[in-house]
Amino acid sequence: MAGTLDFSPDDRYNAFITTCRQATFSEGTLAGTAVAVKDNISTARIQTTCGSKILEGYVPPYDAHVVELLRQAGAAIVGKTNMDEFGMGTTTETSAFGPTRNPADPERVPGGSSGGSAAAVAAGLVPMALGTDTGGSIRCPAAFCGIVGLKPTYGRVSRYGLIAYANSLEQIGPMARTVEDVSRLMSVIAKYDPRDSTMLDRPYDHRPSADIKGLRVGIPEEYFGEGVDPRVAESVRDAIGVLEGLGAETVPVSIPGMQHALAAYYVICTSEASSNLARFDGVRYGPAVDTRKTWHEAYQDLRLELFGAEVRRRIMLGTFALSAGYAGRYYAKAQVARRNIKEDFERAFCDADVIAGPTMPTTAFRLGEKSDPLSMYLSDILTVPANLAGIPAISVPCGRVDGLPVGLQIMGRQFEDERVVDAAFAYEQEVRA
Amino acid sequence: MITESDIEHIAELADIGISKDEVPEFTTQFNAILDYFEVLDTVVGEGAPAAGITNIFRDDEPRPCLSQEETLANAGSTEDGFIKAPRVM
Amino acid sequence: MKTIVGLEIHVQLSTATKLFCGCSTDYRDDEPNTHCCPVCLGLPGALPRLNRKAVEYGLKVAKALDMRVPEESEFARKNYFYPDLPKAYQITQYDKPLAVEGTVEIEDDEGHEKLIRITRVHLEEDPGRLVHVAGGSKYSLVDYNRSGIPLLEIVTEPDMRSPQEARRFLNRLRTILEYLGVFDGEREGGLRVDANISLEGSERVEVKNISSYKGVEKALTFEVTRQKNLLRRGQKVTRETRHFMEGRGITTSSRSKEEEHDYRYFPEPDLRPLRVADRVAAIDLPELPTARKNRFMKQYGISLNHARTLTGDPKLADFYETVAHVDPVLAATWVADTLLGELNYRDMSIAAVPADRIAELLALLRTETITDTAGVQILREMLDACAAGKPCEPPAVIVEREGLARATGDEFTQVVEKVVAANPQAVEDYRAGKKGALNFLVGQVMKETRGRADPRELGKIVSGYIDTGGV
Repeated sequence: MAGTLDFSPDDRYNAFITTCRQATFSEGTLAGTAVAVKDNISTARIQTTCGSKILEGYVPPYDAHVVELLRQAGAAIVGKTNMDEFGMGTTTETSAFGPTRNPADPERVPGGSSGGSAAAVAAGLVPMALGTDTGGSIRCPAAFCGIVGLKPTYGRVSRYGLIAYANSLEQIGPMARTVEDVSRLMSVIAKYDPRDSTMLDRPYDHRPSADIKGLRVGIPEEYFGEGVDPRVAESVRDAIGVLEGLGAETVPVSIPGMQHALAAYYVICTSEASSNLARFDGVRYGPAVDTRKTWHEAYQDLRLELFGAEVRRRIMLGTFALSAGYAGRYYAKAQVARRNIKEDFERAFCDADVIAGPTMPTTAFRLGEKSDPLSMYLSDILTVPANLAGIPAISVPCGRVDGLPVGLQIMGRQFEDERVVDAAFAYEQEVRA
Repeated sequence: MITESDIEHIAELADIGISKDEVPEFTTQFNAILDYFEVLDTVVGEGAPAAGITNIFRDDEPRPCLSQEETLANAGSTEDGFIKAPRVM
Repeated sequence: MKTIVGLEIHVQLSTATKLFCGCSTDYRDDEPNTHCCPVCLGLPGALPRLNRKAVEYGLKVAKALDMRVPEESEFARKNYFYPDLPKAYQITQYDKPLAVEGTVEIEDDEGHEKLIRITRVHLEEDPGRLVHVAGGSKYSLVDYNRSGIPLLEIVTEPDMRSPQEARRFLNRLRTILEYLGVFDGEREGGLRVDANISLEGSERVEVKNISSYKGVEKALTFEVTRQKNLLRRGQKVTRETRHFMEGRGITTSSRSKEEEHDYRYFPEPDLRPLRVADRVAAIDLPELPTARKNRFMKQYGISLNHARTLTGDPKLADFYETVAHVDPVLAATWVADTLLGELNYRDMSIAAVPADRIAELLALLRTETITDTAGVQILREMLDACAAGKPCEPPAVIVEREGLARATGDEFTQVVEKVVAANPQAVEDYRAGKKGALNFLVGQVMKETRGRADPRELGKIVSGYIDTGGV
């Protein structure tokens, strides 16, 4: 059953940058399913902007690997979702196309940077969507909007066609209202692609199982410490209690490297970004550079005009962190910190099969609440460790505080995405029943 | 401590435009962020994370290229099959 | 005043595809921007994939230059902004190069053997090509066909002591690369050199943009003179980067901020590291120039000079070996001296010369069916035909058609008689003991026979003829 899907959503939350009103689809496991794709994932013949003016009008000549797989599976790609510019934000407010609003409370942010994908799913415009997660960009909006989002193990989903923000940290991942749909979408997109040299041939093909008897759930004290809203912590502890009720046992674990995680993350992601975003020069694509000016003048003017402040701030931070005389203090130290955190997780996973904690320290912020960059960065503290360690992490809704959704985060060993999916599924089935 | 002239220097190094009235704000924000980054001074140990997998290769077999038309399709301005760029002085 | 030279050589490796994508490297003579894909255009989201062959070629060079291959090497990003660099960074190798610490043997200015140390070799991608529009236009034109072509950068220690040594080093290096089959010396722009040069005790100058190995000697000779003149006038040599203007044979100060560049290197996160040290042992190297030169002298009994010339180009050496069976020494003389000279004169490649025809020509010379003079004439005729793309006739056919067979017997005696009779004054001079007179008479006979006689033999015949009173 191949055909065309009419897609004319009521996009009151500004979830989409581009919509495809007549989305074609073919046969397959997702035949006719409307799937929204974050706008930093390349789609042939569909504008791909990364939420930035600097790519406005850019139409990729090729599909990202995950998009090829979606089309092969019969999905109807119905639109490109709003996002923080180049993924640089935790609220979707830095988008050049205006902020997305949270369907759970339109005065609040949906989280970010995959806020458009999360809002589209939460508002019921699509059953599933692709997001990308560099430091929490799938899990944060999933938690804030009350849906499910999985950041896969680094190297499990091809990054070919994902417009890079921080190559060594980011993965494309599935977002949906249920764990089952997340798992279904994951089964479609996690297939080997030799074009991504950082990928391993470990396809995901799994049906979630709710049997978690004997599962050892590690509880890291660092995830319940200072800065975490006690009511959020309480919701998460209750959720862990549900897992225990299902036969899981809890064990205390510790990730001492957490104290360095956020700084290490921001040094690494801005360093990589400063290099990745230098190619947008208006020569080969994007709004045209003024060829009457000299190169550096034209280039600087273009970037000032078309990049938002947060993007320019991060490019400058990364440039500084890599510059002669400072690279040793910032970039090199951040790599050591990253190694330590990775080893902390490896140790913790000797005693525990999965590790659980809150996804975000708080519920969704009010629009405009995080005007200071550092305070926004600090809210990523619980999500960045999984990116630094390259491990899978899922966020599944676990109750509400003041009517706003809270996310339970479950992390697993590398390439044990199936296990975190099962743990989330077991919880979801139990609380739904 | 980062000064306003440091910020202007970093912007130059990054080849990114910065407007005059942004400089004081960027300077304040940079100082707050770099203060926070000082925690990295307490990192113990050395070396980046282990390499993991190595030696990922592709065979030396030609694959189709984009047509000239496709290559030029997104370019702002072209001339005789070339892409126009500002002149480096 | 000692001259100190170190070189950085970029050679395009002769792989079929680019370093990180499957685009063909055979772009010369093609329309601009027709050998491009998302990867080499730096389109958002595209990822590099390392060409195995480029690494193998790099390792071959490492082994041939007797280098050490570290356990791990990796690619890094060199960040700078330039319109020909589509990602705004070049994927190269920085603190973990493919190989380190090697040597190349050359002859110094006194003809003694000398080792030039190689610091490192690493792989990197070529940028695109900028075309500057004439007439002071504000913009440039970019062609990305070259973007992503694999380059091997070879860095030497400052071990050369003259521009001539630098040229000899480059010739030797080029020969080795050609022997290894990793480099095609005939591809335009396939080899580019940056040279560091200083006079002992003075500042070092970097000369960039030397795009031929012949240009290196020129650029360095110019620099030596310029720097010596500065010092002679009591001025100092400034530490700077200069550009070589190939056409004018001079270097000019680039006055760029190149020295201030901060490339912000960091490991390329889209590629995995290499662990290839254990692959070196299995690499079979072909016979390299020095070994082949020694074998040629031993096996064919030819002179050092001929052996050196013949092995200076693997294609020439192969050619020699296919014709040497006729007569190795005769073949060496004809290939290394005569043929090579004629090829250079015509700017022709040895590849265009049919070896079987040359073997036939050598056989005619060996059996003394023709003289050397006639041999040269036939060779020229054959090469002209090849150069014009016409079929190359067998030398025997040319001999027949042009009547170039060695003159003998009656015909020969008649010519000698005629020449002696026509030049009584010369005959008299010869009898009076003037040596030059005999040469004159021999020359006249040669002229009459159009080179079909052997001059050495002819001398005896003419003098015998006069001495025995033939007149």
